[in-house]
Amino acid sequence: MTMPDPMAEIRASFFVECDELLEAMQDGLQAMEDGTDDAETIHVVFRAVHSIKGGAGAFGLEALVRFSHRYETVLDRVRSGDLGVEAGLLKHFFRAADHLSDLVRASRDEIKVPSGAGEAILAELNAHIGADVTPDEVEPEIEFQPTGLTLDLDVDLPPLNDPPRAPQFKICFTPDAEMFDTGNDVFPILRSVAALGACDIRCDTARVPALSDIVPETSYLSWTILLTSDVDEAEVASVFEFVEGLCKLRIERVAGSDTADAPPPPPLADEDVSRLPEPEADRPKIEQPPQRTAPAATKSVVRVDLDRIERLVNLVGELVINQAMLAQSLQSAGLSPHSNAMNGLEEFQRLTRDIQDSVMMIRAQPVKPLFQRMSRIVREASTAVNKDVRLITDGETTEVDKTVIERLADPLTHMIRNAVDHGLEPTHERLANGKAAQGHVTLSAAHRSGRVIIEVSDDGGGINRPRVLQVAMDKGLIPPDAVLSESEIDNLLFLPGFSTADTVSDLSGRGVGMDVVRTAIQSLGGRISITSTPDLGTTFSISLPLTLAVLDGMVIEVAGETLVLPLNVVAETVTLSASTLDAVQPGLDVVRVRGGLVPLFDLGYLLGYRARKDSYIDGVALLITHDDGSQGALVVDEIQDQRQVVIKGLDDTFYRAPGIAAATILGDGQIALILDPSDIIAQAGDPPHNRSQKTRMEA
Amino acid sequence: MNLEVLAVDDSRTMRDMIRLALEPAGFRVHTADDGVHGTEVLAGITPDVIITDINMPRMDGFGFIDAVRDQIGHRTTPILVLTTEAAPELKMRARAAGATGWIVKPFDPSKLVKALQMVAG
Amino acid sequence: MEEPQTSQSVELLTFELGEHEYALDIMCVREIRGWAKATPLPHAPSFMRGVINLRGAVLPVMDLGERLGLPTRPHCDRNVIIVVSFKETMTGLLVDAVSDIIALSPDALQPPPDAANYGAQTVVKALTLIEDRMIRVLDLNNIVVLSQGEAA
Repeated sequence: MTMPDPMAEIRASFFVECDELLEAMQDGLQAMEDGTDDAETIHVVFRAVHSIKGGAGAFGLEALVRFSHRYETVLDRVRSGDLGVEAGLLKHFFRAADHLSDLVRASRDEIKVPSGAGEAILAELNAHIGADVTPDEVEPEIEFQPTGLTLDLDVDLPPLNDPPRAPQFKICFTPDAEMFDTGNDVFPILRSVAALGACDIRCDTARVPALSDIVPETSYLSWTILLTSDVDEAEVASVFEFVEGLCKLRIERVAGSDTADAPPPPPLADEDVSRLPEPEADRPKIEQPPQRTAPAATKSVVRVDLDRIERLVNLVGELVINQAMLAQSLQSAGLSPHSNAMNGLEEFQRLTRDIQDSVMMIRAQPVKPLFQRMSRIVREASTAVNKDVRLITDGETTEVDKTVIERLADPLTHMIRNAVDHGLEPTHERLANGKAAQGHVTLSAAHRSGRVIIEVSDDGGGINRPRVLQVAMDKGLIPPDAVLSESEIDNLLFLPGFSTADTVSDLSGRGVGMDVVRTAIQSLGGRISITSTPDLGTTFSISLPLTLAVLDGMVIEVAGETLVLPLNVVAETVTLSASTLDAVQPGLDVVRVRGGLVPLFDLGYLLGYRARKDSYIDGVALLITHDDGSQGALVVDEIQDQRQVVIKGLDDTFYRAPGIAAATILGDGQIALILDPSDIIAQAGDPPHNRSQKTRMEA
Repeated sequence: MNLEVLAVDDSRTMRDMIRLALEPAGFRVHTADDGVHGTEVLAGITPDVIITDINMPRMDGFGFIDAVRDQIGHRTTPILVLTTEAAPELKMRARAAGATGWIVKPFDPSKLVKALQMVAG
Repeated sequence: MEEPQTSQSVELLTFELGEHEYALDIMCVREIRGWAKATPLPHAPSFMRGVINLRGAVLPVMDLGERLGLPTRPHCDRNVIIVVSFKETMTGLLVDAVSDIIALSPDALQPPPDAANYGAQTVVKALTLIEDRMIRVLDLNNIVVLSQGEAA
């Protein structure tokens, strides 16, 4: 292994920190938009931008330094109370924040960002603080010092036996008493001068009074230094930078090279510098164990390459499969459940589950950064279509598998754009309907019964069902005489090739429809549903598994095929008997469960594995609860087992089977499909011609 | 030279940079995340020099300098202020607050070491 | 054409389907394995045999003969699955039997009659004659990738 470059490490850590700062900045701006106007909020925003600027300077990221500096300047005016926060300013702050994020990302990936966008935003910002700040005036304030110097840490005094040369500088230095108040001291300064070249340092003690007259914190000494060095005068002066104004200082170039020009030595004999007056004389140097200085104020964090975690997740997945195989072979070997081997296996299973949970926790992340990206989408989209839109977020701390979060970004972006563009009515329409001019889009996340529910709602006009129906008929997506329920009409939006906008706007009319969103959600093992109320708005609800990798499953058998149902959708197992079964009409049976009538679905038939059964008496059904709370009973041939299965995505296959969420590999090496019961039941309502071709496979 | 340094900055990047600049030069570097944390850390060590940022949550650099100077044991401990501005009024303000000197960010490692040597011995 | 080709020679894997001989660019072929029971996919087009376990990955398998519209044939032990990789997607193609690997100069390949004129998808991208037998070189693009209508 090669040693990591420390600068590269810090650079990487800087960008991680930037993400945190950008998040804090967004939070602060959001709080300001929500009406918070305390000093700390604007401070937080200011500090975030300031810290980004500071780090950016260290890495020579000029574009980032320039932009953050000017952004910071305006924020500082708000911070100092010169500038009041109003909607217009806040809007520009948000835009500047977005651009800052872009710059950070571009800097991280070493991509060039066109300066045009930034300049426009800066112009907007500058307009708030008047024309007195033009870019050119700001520029010189940024002291950008390229860090080109080498790390020359050799601070030893130059060898004393340098060939004797004439001194170039004569320095007269008389500290004021105040100098010591600032923590400055003479000795380090003299040593720094000495570091520049050969020195002849003399101390003038003439003004030191008799001991009885000494005022302890007064300075009585002065020094004369003859310095032989090739550095320029500014460099010499820089040594005294911190004490400028706190001492009497004269630096002169010695005219001739002749030492004769040097002033005579001070009247008193040379003083050893160690006899400097030190009012603060005792500065105890107690050796402290360094551990004591590491307080537990911050949690220590290790940055790990995601690839390594992926690998770990995959390995754990393999472990689960292997464990299942082992369990199967031990069982078929006829071992007693009380044998050592079986007891050991149980322990093994428990450990595997713990490892799995822990590994999954590594990848879980709050959805907050994703939501913040969406708030930007809302800002951009609302500007593009000239609507006043506010994004309300809820449940930002909900944690979801990182991979899921990443793969949600595109579908969510599309849904948010849709909500702004199509969901919300134009402002004049809202006003005409007695609504507030500002439209609301709500984005929420929550854990519900082992799944993550993410919802995008708008308070727009709701789905225009007659029009959706008409479009679907015009496009031949449904027969002209089709009679559809409201929810069936809403679901037409998910059909490939459906697009609703009267005018295809720049924003969402890119030929990407909700069908693509649905496909993306399905490839995550999720479902998407839609509810809409005229005049009140539309809600898209995404239900996702917590993680992509494992699933608590119920292993069932239907028509000789082994299948897996997600355990969390199975409410209970129902044994079917003549007394609980009722036929409503041919092909539609219900089962009585605690006084309720639940429709029965024949899984083997619905999957096209076999014909509908003649009788379900003595059969077994699984009671499924949908996300909306409604229920259905799936008839299965046999329940085999409950176990954790490793989810293998089917998204690489070009054929997406309806009702199938994913696949898994069983203990015997065979692939079993993982069902999406809600989808299966939804498909059961489809016109039969969609399901007409039965597929029987010969083994 | 084996000086003990306390660096107070809310930016992890900046703390890392300071550490990277100073540790190879033989400094022992302690860090704190803000002024409040800085005073806590200071209770356990006696640094030869303190470096502090100005803009920090909870307690800013000026407040931190005040807190340090209020302690008898640290009345003359050199304090360098990290600033992104080279503006003279900022330097004066730092000095008025009791700072010994200042370092303009971004700094290069040799400048930082030099600045420390100018104030601590 | 996505398949990489060298200007010197083209290597082809030839195999039998019914009475005919077909070939695939060897660069697309990842492995050849014996037939194993596939897990059927509900409501899939009939040429989709289902999915099999390929060392921990889920591999879709299609009956290439059925895919090409050839009459269905009885299953036999010589049947094999050719695992092809196309546009980063792996697919298993069930064929009757693998025959040979041949190297040809590109000149030996000739384009098929323009099938577009007959309204059919072009699944054969070239033809060649070897010892008087006609070999059809398949275009994976129109086999592995399903058109909109087929996928629904």
